[in-house]
Amino acid sequence: MADLEARRVIELGYAGNERLVMNMGPQHPSAHGVFRAILTLEGETVAAVDAVIGYLHRCHEKLGETLTYVQYPSIASKTDYVAAMTSELAYVLAAERIGRVEVPPRARYLRVTAAELQRVASHCLWLGTWCMDMGGALGGGATLFLYAIREREMLLDLFEALTGARLLYGFHQVGGTRYDLPAGWAEQCRSTLAFVEKRIDEYEAMLEDNPFFLARTQGVGVISPELAQEIGVSGPLIRGSGIAYDIRRAEPYSSYEDFEFRVPVETAGDCWARYRVRMVEFRESIKIVRQALDGLPAGPISSRPGVKSVGQVRIPKGEAYARVEGPRGEVGCYLIADGGPKPYRMKWRGASFSNLAVLPHIIPGHKVADVVAIMGSVDPVFGEVDR
Amino acid sequence: MTSPLRDLVAAVVLLNAVIGLVTYVTLLERKFAARMQSRIGPYRVGPHGLLQPIADALKLMMKEDVVPARSDRWVYNLAPLAFLLPCLLIFATIPFAPGLGLADLNIGVLFFLAVSALEIVGLFMGGWGSNNKYALLSAMRGVNQIISYELPFIFAALVPVVLSGTLRLGGIVEAQRGLWFAAWPVVGQAAFLAYLVAMIAAENRAPFDILEAESELVAGFRVEYSGMKFALIQLGEYAHVLATSYLGALLFLGGWLGPGPAWLGAVWFTGKALVVFLLVTWVRWSFVRIRVDQILAISWKLLLPATLALLLATAGWVAYRGGAGVA
Repeated sequence: MADLEARRVIELGYAGNERLVMNMGPQHPSAHGVFRAILTLEGETVAAVDAVIGYLHRCHEKLGETLTYVQYPSIASKTDYVAAMTSELAYVLAAERIGRVEVPPRARYLRVTAAELQRVASHCLWLGTWCMDMGGALGGGATLFLYAIREREMLLDLFEALTGARLLYGFHQVGGTRYDLPAGWAEQCRSTLAFVEKRIDEYEAMLEDNPFFLARTQGVGVISPELAQEIGVSGPLIRGSGIAYDIRRAEPYSSYEDFEFRVPVETAGDCWARYRVRMVEFRESIKIVRQALDGLPAGPISSRPGVKSVGQVRIPKGEAYARVEGPRGEVGCYLIADGGPKPYRMKWRGASFSNLAVLPHIIPGHKVADVVAIMGSVDPVFGEVDR
Repeated sequence: MTSPLRDLVAAVVLLNAVIGLVTYVTLLERKFAARMQSRIGPYRVGPHGLLQPIADALKLMMKEDVVPARSDRWVYNLAPLAFLLPCLLIFATIPFAPGLGLADLNIGVLFFLAVSALEIVGLFMGGWGSNNKYALLSAMRGVNQIISYELPFIFAALVPVVLSGTLRLGGIVEAQRGLWFAAWPVVGQAAFLAYLVAMIAAENRAPFDILEAESELVAGFRVEYSGMKFALIQLGEYAHVLATSYLGALLFLGGWLGPGPAWLGAVWFTGKALVVFLLVTWVRWSFVRIRVDQILAISWKLLLPATLALLLATAGWVAYRGGAGVA
């Protein structure tokens, strides 16, 4: 089935060869979690790929109906556990949109700070794991992985100081944020960012003058703009394909209109273009965090009084879709509220899920080694794909 | 002078010395890589992790020996030995100091190159016998790659042979009394560089480790091996790397030549071999792996013509200067 479909996409140079069906995953060193790609190989060349997902399904959307507006944001973290701030924010934005809840300016700025720091941390992990996919755990890839993780640790230290948690935060809540900046946090944040910025220069120097890295990324896994729009990919993938689409710009939320930043666009659509987009995003995110810290307004961090019980926040009847630009692209949350403390229905639009759908279109025709390079450049997080 | 008994004792001593050295070379690599990656590396077993290789070996020996149910048992079980034997055998011809070696053959270089290429048999047996698709793909890649790189490797190694006019390894060292071949302008340096590249590729070290390629093929041809068989393969691989490091030090860096008394020769030689080894390790931990078609392209389109031209140019120059043994 998938085999026939792929043949339409790519014409191979030879026919009649014996084909080998090989499973990559669900347990595989570069499965980025639990992903199963059933590859049909002709020699080393991939003739077709059948992507099997669902190994990490945890009934998130059903769970959303059973947990209250106060409880769920902490659980929303667990969809995309590498960028936990993103899905929390999408959820509370949807709830606020239905209930027309005001969010004080300070909370909006704190949300932007958290979201952009999260983007930097998430891209650090992406860079490390992607290089490990291409370079191997027993090679240069592991070296870059450890470097990138070292910087991510510093960012996680910031999150720990802010929320008390390093991975899954529960920072956002309906009406604002749960925590204000602790004393000295802004200075720590600034010095960390200055350090990370310097390190990003080092990564670029290490990778971009490296002919092997160029050979592995340039011209590999090209997504045409048409394909990108048809599949509905978002985030660095669509910007790598020459379409300047960024929700922070297209439909600003949480006071993004106040900030100066550039939306990087590359036209090649290959792994290299996606790499370049993310490298620029590192710097743009750092810039946004600096602006947010500089212009942080005084005032309350939430428009609602502190909750005494988890059922206390009630959202009036209505429905809304809120979307945010996560590190991996558009993360959307569709909520239907019935006036009670829990939503009636919730639906996630995961960025990784939609981005992953492009794989069967771009992988056929590449070598086995390119499969992992392309997978890594798509940067899926399977918590978000399977939910 | 050479009685069979004496040879036997010497062989046993050499074998154990080599295995011991190889075991500790893994620790050296791990420490070196750790420093590159701002880590500490093995530290818990013994002072500074010095007993780590022994702990690893013990662990591997005690592990269950799993044979896949549908494997080709004979081939599968023989493969580690077929892989290890040539890797250890090549040490026989290396003279570690004048007179200190098992057999300084008059065709030493030829023996070394021929026997070292035999490892491909064990490798393919392992890939085939495991009845595993990853292993099979890896073995196919391995044959491709080793055949492609064996030629530039040989051509690069022949440059010192042409310069010194002998295939005897001891003779090549003696020819470098004046100047190491790696220090010879252009010819020597180009040959040394080509030797290093071809060596990395022929040893399947990153960035040419498509054979192992654990992010694609999990562990390549050894994916089904466990316990002692895995240890043998690992031992063979490191022994091979070490042997080619010794050969590189011998062909280009003057072997045992160095200041100090004569008995320091073996120490000098080992030190130089470890320098070559660390060079290779440095490359290994800095680059991303390249693709199988790119690896073959590098060999056939660049390295092979370049080394062939280099060899011919050297030979022409030697002939012009009046025959072999100009050095």
